[in-house]
Amino acid sequence: MTTFADTEPAVSAGSLLPSATPLQLIDADGRPAENPGGLSLPEQGILLELYRRMVIGRRFDSQATALTKQGRLAVYPSSRGQDACQVGSTLALRSHDWLFPTYRDSVAIITRGVEPAEALSLLRGDWHCGYDPYQYRVAPQCTPLATNTLHAVGLAHAASLKNEDVVALVLLGDGATSEGDTHEALNFSGVWKAPVVFLVQNNGYAISVPLAKQTAASTLAAKGIGYGVPSLLIDGNDAAAVYSAVSASVERAARGQGPTLIEAITYRVEAHTNADDATRYRASDEVQAWLARDPITRLETYLKAAGLLDEQAITRRAAEAEQFAERVRDLMNGTVDVNPGDLFDHVYAQPTAALEQQRAALLAEMEDGAR
Amino acid sequence: MTATLSAAEQTRHDDQAAAPVTMAAALNAALADSLAADERVLVFGEDVGALGGVFRITDGLTTRFSEHRVFDTPLAESGIIGTAIGMAMNGLVPVVEMQFDAFAYPAFEQFTSHLAKLRNRTRGRVALPVVVRIPFGGGIGGVEHHCDSSEAYYAHTAGLRVVTPGTPADAYRLLRQSISCPDPVIFLEPKRRYWSKETAVLTTEGPAIDQAVVRRPGQDVTLIAYGGMVATALEAAEAAAGEQWDVEVIDLRSLSPFDDETLVESVRRTGRAVVVHEAPGFAGYGAEVAARLTEQCFHYLEAPILRVTGLDVPYPPPHLEHLHLPNADRILDAIARLQWDDHA
Repeated sequence: MTTFADTEPAVSAGSLLPSATPLQLIDADGRPAENPGGLSLPEQGILLELYRRMVIGRRFDSQATALTKQGRLAVYPSSRGQDACQVGSTLALRSHDWLFPTYRDSVAIITRGVEPAEALSLLRGDWHCGYDPYQYRVAPQCTPLATNTLHAVGLAHAASLKNEDVVALVLLGDGATSEGDTHEALNFSGVWKAPVVFLVQNNGYAISVPLAKQTAASTLAAKGIGYGVPSLLIDGNDAAAVYSAVSASVERAARGQGPTLIEAITYRVEAHTNADDATRYRASDEVQAWLARDPITRLETYLKAAGLLDEQAITRRAAEAEQFAERVRDLMNGTVDVNPGDLFDHVYAQPTAALEQQRAALLAEMEDGAR
Repeated sequence: MTATLSAAEQTRHDDQAAAPVTMAAALNAALADSLAADERVLVFGEDVGALGGVFRITDGLTTRFSEHRVFDTPLAESGIIGTAIGMAMNGLVPVVEMQFDAFAYPAFEQFTSHLAKLRNRTRGRVALPVVVRIPFGGGIGGVEHHCDSSEAYYAHTAGLRVVTPGTPADAYRLLRQSISCPDPVIFLEPKRRYWSKETAVLTTEGPAIDQAVVRRPGQDVTLIAYGGMVATALEAAEAAAGEQWDVEVIDLRSLSPFDDETLVESVRRTGRAVVVHEAPGFAGYGAEVAARLTEQCFHYLEAPILRVTGLDVPYPPPHLEHLHLPNADRILDAIARLQWDDHA
């Protein structure tokens, strides 16, 4: 099992500060990293699963982007380039833990097992959240920035109060660290020693605004010290490092040792969404440089060199991802099934008399063909 | 997880003789009885623990129910509402306190984007039985930011219930009802009435959470009030009797949803209506009341529905607030303008 509290400490004794440079287990060239900090390499089966899920996730992501071009999705914020964060963090959760994702975390959600048609409900536009949060232990994708950090802290603290072994992982971006709720959540979690893991996917941009305009701090991870929350700075394109850091933090939380803040350095390869034009604010050679640090290629190189993956297996993984994408296409190519009754049914536990009148009026409009 | 009521609480419900009780004490009793009745109930906020709240509404609760169930939080309102949402997602029933009306504004996004919408967002799968207690309104000589009437912000937000008691007995009833309610409830406490007394038996029996009540029956005009203005309206109604106007006073109790049935019945019967609130009139809650009742009672009305409200100004400093707040005289002036002579 991966830990950092029991082995060489990633968070040094007496300091809550992260390491000076991002921790890696596998370097950008796919070789074992020289300084893994306290992170320990996941076992082979987990490394293979990280690879498999990233290949599926990448294909899902490109399929979703294609579906926006065909008008099948209203909008899609791609996480291409952040594959290691999406998959590594989610696989590190135990089945009874909770995931609090944002709008950019669709790949994390399908990795958690949410049916793709349910996961894409928000972005397709047939309902705000298409899945049952309790079925998957995945909160609705959060569109406002950073508000979900507080929900995660509340849910986790409730688990502590009830003596339940549940950890909440909340995903946020670099931009979200500027929001007040992030600070309130880190502070509450520190005071309450809540079993929460904050994973900041620092992908370099908040829509168009680069990190340099977001903060004067040397790292986002360093912000933890102000709240008494230990932090880790990791290479977010190293799936093994993400998995190891998150699973160690989950274990730490489950032992009653409280929250951890992880900053994962990664890159948003695509524009903010399909409606964005990234050429207005960043140079293509910057993107090319990050494409050369692709998280899937990195793990693939490592696994091949270690004799754990051959061309046949790579082909099988690609075929599996293609099947998954085909299923997503089929699901999304059907007609959008919406229910006008949804507008009224769940505003309150019981619709009010006034809402029932509005429902009747709307149905009459629809019968008249006015809608 | 529901525990049975203690002997003391049983007594309160079954055998208690009517006794004088302040609204503050009634609210404290409602919190204590809810904590005793349901293990899922938690009380938290700023200074609600050892201090018992700046208005002492949570006095003694930490001692009685432990710091696990009644506790102080860091000083951050969005944090309080946001974590209450997460706790409710995980099966608890948070009853949280915002220290003053205007100090709840940092939590506005959590109120409007999440507390109000999560049930709808998830097609009913995630219920948030959260109660947010907010001392609201003026009349206590408070300095800036301590006297806002913020009800319209919440009432405009679909998915929130907004209630406010006008009397001590109703404060107990409405708070117990709010804590039992599966919807998020904004519970506005009229702080100027915390120390008002009523001789009453505290009970959950009586009108439901979403029902208005007739506090004083009358035939000539319907006077509509809520929260701190209920007592003012009753005072005006007594004074109006001297002018030969028989005034019916309705205490709305629930601002959202609105009890159209009770209000429409009354206004169709009296043919005249005045709505009173402390908040500024422009785009205020009274505009909704007047519009709804005009739409439903137009052919029964003898006069336009009038509003008696605070001025359209930021809340004044203590030495000027008496000029801002509606009083019985201002209400009587409005009643006098209801075109009594047109049919003479």
